[in-house]
Amino acid sequence: MTALADAYATWSWNPVADLRQMWAYPFMVNAFRAGTITAVAAGVMGWFMVLRRQSFAGHTLAVVGFPGAAGAVLVGVSATYGYFVFCVAAALLVAAVPRTGRGRRPGAGQEAALTGTVQAFLLACGFLFTALYKGVLGGVTSMLFGSFLGITTAQVWVLLAVAVTVLALLGAIGRPLLFASVDPDVAAGRGVPVGLLSTGFLVLLGAAAAEASQITGTLLVFALLVMPAATAQVLTARPALSLALSVVIGIAVTWLGLTTAYFSDGPLGFAVTSYAFAAYVLARIGRAAADRAPRHVPVRVPAGGAA
Amino acid sequence: MRDAAVRVGGRTLWSDVRLDVGAGEFVAVLGPNGVGKSTLIKVLLGVLPAAAGEVRVLGAAPGRAGDRVGYLPQRRSFDASLRMRGLDVVRLGWDGDRWGVPLPWSSGRRAAAQRIADVVELVGASGYAHRPIGMLSGGEQQRLLIAQALVRRPRLLLLDEPLDSLDLPNQAAVAALIGRICREEGVTVMMVAHDVNPILSRLDRVVYLAEGGAVSGTPAEVITSETLTRLYRTPVEVLRTSDGRLVVVGQPEAPAHHTDRHTPPVPLVVEGEAESAGIPRGASGGERA
Repeated sequence: MTALADAYATWSWNPVADLRQMWAYPFMVNAFRAGTITAVAAGVMGWFMVLRRQSFAGHTLAVVGFPGAAGAVLVGVSATYGYFVFCVAAALLVAAVPRTGRGRRPGAGQEAALTGTVQAFLLACGFLFTALYKGVLGGVTSMLFGSFLGITTAQVWVLLAVAVTVLALLGAIGRPLLFASVDPDVAAGRGVPVGLLSTGFLVLLGAAAAEASQITGTLLVFALLVMPAATAQVLTARPALSLALSVVIGIAVTWLGLTTAYFSDGPLGFAVTSYAFAAYVLARIGRAAADRAPRHVPVRVPAGGAA
Repeated sequence: MRDAAVRVGGRTLWSDVRLDVGAGEFVAVLGPNGVGKSTLIKVLLGVLPAAAGEVRVLGAAPGRAGDRVGYLPQRRSFDASLRMRGLDVVRLGWDGDRWGVPLPWSSGRRAAAQRIADVVELVGASGYAHRPIGMLSGGEQQRLLIAQALVRRPRLLLLDEPLDSLDLPNQAAVAALIGRICREEGVTVMMVAHDVNPILSRLDRVVYLAEGGAVSGTPAEVITSETLTRLYRTPVEVLRTSDGRLVVVGQPEAPAHHTDRHTPPVPLVVEGEAESAGIPRGASGGERA
């Protein structure tokens, strides 16, 4: 944190004045812009990831952003390139692993073991790169746990371009991807290219993870990818509503996290993750209570038995 | 629908299979485990190519008939944690294979909702279609999946062991539902079955697959001691119980690797060296390839 933020950050219990105070600084405006773009993209991608039970693959794609960024800094280019190159390459690698158990849901068995092996090795490579760089250790912390300070307007534009591209592509393949995720056998029978969609989705997920990593850090990217989506899917079983909720929750926890980090001078990743975690716990408690409460559903006799 | 002439020639599982199925017929595909019953369905679906011979489905090559073919794969069930309503799963059968984002104001939206409500009503699932599908019982899920296969008004319905993993009352109810759909909607049904008895009274024709070939005809023609003995080249006996159920004794196992199967709990006389594999299996169901 900077002394600049320290000097002025006092919470006045007047939300309008507080927001105005916070947004007087261009770096905070850019942080909100970047955070919002990331939350929207991660909310949508994460929703599909949770539905497809590919959280582990998503986690791996996020983690390999760390060696990517460290390697990029080592060779002297922008860390942004490192994030994207490594994440997308890892996505292609994970997608190339042959699925065990034909017709089964992806994400099981062999795939998980191989993904984990690659993840552990690349994480170690990241530490090697930082050791070779012999630079300031603060860079490692921000790669792992994120930083919202010093996001430039140019970076915001890059984030926006990536997010729009990813979301447009996902919109185009959305329905067949949903079909292939829920019901791969029937989808294949209808002529949906299940394998190709799986690869395409992982590449898009890699791009979204690379994007989110730059805000939350590679270790806390899960806060934005998995938590809003998991919370939304606990809250409702309607796909469209659930997807919208995932985005709304993502934006809400990002804004709350940024505000808290600004005024309390605490770490951003912790603040965002805490709000997302609280939302998830509340959703689970609410779901358990709703499931236990007596329902007033009209009981019907199954018609098939009467025929 | 013109008569679908299906001739499949494969080297590995079966070959020289000749089969013609007429419009609106209810056909069961029977045979021992691992003989390639599901493979036959996948060839008809166009997911697997036929190694030799010619296959025509609804007058087109397999996989070209598009939404005129409904398919229900063999499966256990949906994951209990899958948070999607039954209605949404049925809806995937309606437009799940279309690219792009549906426009909320498009005219097809109301028609889609109406058709989905109709087909859910047809299978008798209206009472629970709005609940998450992972929380429903096997019989309820199976009804919704039949609705999904039916939603685009197919002319041919390919069902792979739809009665598998259901208890006996649900087997009877789902069998009755499929028979009713075949009769009232005029849909041709081709159903892979393990046990012919729940659907015996509704069948127009059975196809009995064996290693090497197949016979087809009415149940009375095919499920006889003489026909099956000729097909398997080993003594096979068909018995009829007092309540009209058929029991096949002495049917050889295809060279599949199923060592975990249960033997039927009926004290049957096993002919020759062949392993006993009675058709009726009641509620017990083992793993199948």
